[in-house]
Amino acid sequence: MSTAIEQGEVTGRKTGFRHIVAQLRSDRWAAGGAIVIIVFVLAAIFAPLVTAINGQDPYTYHLSTLDDSGAPRGFGGGISAAHWFGVEPLTGRDLFSIVVFGARISLLVGVSATLLAVFLGVLVGVTTGYFGSWYDRSMSRVIDVIFGFPSLVFMISLTAIVPTTFPRPLLMILVIGFFSWPAIARVVRGQTLSLRERNFVVASRAMGARPWHIIGAQVLPNVSATIIVFATISIPSTIGVEAALSFLGVGVPPPTPSWGRTIGDAVTWVQTDPMYLVFPGIALFLITLAFNIFGDGLRDALDPRRGAAKR
Amino acid sequence: MRLLGFIAYRLVAMVLVLLVIAAITYSIFYLLPTNPAQLSCGKPCTPENLARVKEFMGYNLPWYEQFWDFLRGIVVGRTYGTGAAAIVCPGPCFGYSFRLNATVTELIATRFPVTASIAVGAAIVWLLFGVAGGVISALKRGTALDRSIMTVAIAGVSAPSYLVGLLAILFFGFTLGLLPTGGYVPFTQDPVQWFTHLILPWFTLAFISGAIYARLTRGEMLEVMGQDYIRTARAKGLRESTVVVRHGLRNALIPVVTIFGLDLGALLGGAVIAEKIFSMQGLGALLIDAVQSLDLQVVVGFTLFAAFLIVFANFLVDLIYGVIDPRVKVRV
Repeated sequence: MSTAIEQGEVTGRKTGFRHIVAQLRSDRWAAGGAIVIIVFVLAAIFAPLVTAINGQDPYTYHLSTLDDSGAPRGFGGGISAAHWFGVEPLTGRDLFSIVVFGARISLLVGVSATLLAVFLGVLVGVTTGYFGSWYDRSMSRVIDVIFGFPSLVFMISLTAIVPTTFPRPLLMILVIGFFSWPAIARVVRGQTLSLRERNFVVASRAMGARPWHIIGAQVLPNVSATIIVFATISIPSTIGVEAALSFLGVGVPPPTPSWGRTIGDAVTWVQTDPMYLVFPGIALFLITLAFNIFGDGLRDALDPRRGAAKR
Repeated sequence: MRLLGFIAYRLVAMVLVLLVIAAITYSIFYLLPTNPAQLSCGKPCTPENLARVKEFMGYNLPWYEQFWDFLRGIVVGRTYGTGAAAIVCPGPCFGYSFRLNATVTELIATRFPVTASIAVGAAIVWLLFGVAGGVISALKRGTALDRSIMTVAIAGVSAPSYLVGLLAILFFGFTLGLLPTGGYVPFTQDPVQWFTHLILPWFTLAFISGAIYARLTRGEMLEVMGQDYIRTARAKGLRESTVVVRHGLRNALIPVVTIFGLDLGALLGGAVIAEKIFSMQGLGALLIDAVQSLDLQVVVGFTLFAAFLIVFANFLVDLIYGVIDPRVKVRV
């Protein structure tokens, strides 16, 4: 490490893109996580095609599959050749289609909110770390406050005053993104602080580079690994918040399929039709777990210190 | 004297933060183009009725007077309307629900024990299990025990609480019939029933959050146990338990307490979700009802109350922090 710095070769260590991919591939857990993520993303993009295999969609009612009390007939919540995951109680909508289409809103909100959070977090983190002084101190207080804030309560409250004409997925992306940026801002700020004192940045400044040039050319490339890892491990939590809001009945309105709302509906059916809970629940659990494991693997691959300690 | 200065500094900072939060909450909820009077007016809403409601709720005043009334209400209380129809809302007044005909403070006070029972119990369980799991994992590093604790922990980090909670209801409640499947029994009515009804919510939330603490404690313990002063403590001939607890754990706990302070807001959020899973009528149910019936007074009052609660709890955590970490100095 230290010799690399003395020679001014920051890229000297093996952190190239190809090297990272190779290392991730050799990490069986991370590779498994990546495969699960790819499967879910493909399912979300091609949801109409996937459900068309069986001629189903998440909106059509199949009342003939229900008994008089509204519960699905047959084994495991009405599992059959036509309905692979059974059907929804009371409406008879195909649960497999609901789960496949539900991936859309989860991934859309999860990924977009994370991108927004990363953008805000990096912007604030790099500028506070680089410019410091009163700007840094006041932003640190703001971050402290948002950090400890009961954000879920605030998000629920906001849904009451935003007009129903405002698209709910967009509202959730904005709100979740806004409450998620402080964590990344803190991490990026810390890294920027130490980078600012490094020789190549000092040299650049001595040669008359302007602050924004240094931020763009020297600071950002060196914090990019941290940003990527942080974004990956933030996605599961933003997906979780979307599901929680929908679960509480203040998220995506019906009939748009959402795992969280289906699980919320399943609360009253847990005794008579547990499979109604299990399928969307497993989907949510799998995607969260996959992102967590993949994020862990990515961190090990990008951080030479951790990778060495493991071996 | 030093400690008093630290407390005073923290108190002033807390009051400032509270003021800022009140101003932000107020402007978001009352100055945005929503019309609280319209919402409270009911349907059909004639123009005369609307004007009367506006005057009664004080929305005809300029915004700065409204904000002042609002702030003063929180401290000393306020009165809505005048004459015989006036409604007195004694301080601390977080607003008045015209739909439920009760002050928001009363509404919160009746629901508070439910949510507090869930949150405090869950926090105790998760700190105990999370820290214990992390310490054991760190001391037995690399063994099958370490790996199994960490596997459970990563599953806990990834599992949504409602999934775990509902599966727990299904298994322990319906299949085994060991525990109640939902509902809340006040402590004053029957302490045993109170306890049995809360076991599932506590362990559900603890499983989710404890996992994070187990991972954190393990990492910190590994780091601390490699320090020179641990070797010194062992070399002095101290018993291993003393070394681990007094010299290792005490230092490893410092970041854990920091994270715990930051997690208090999430703890409240977790309790809100647990209320829905276990059909308990707590603060979360109050808020969701208010959102769905557009009872803005309750929404704003409760949001503000929640923010105040968390800021105050953070203040307490800061004080604890000063006690366990002698290196903490007044940060200015």
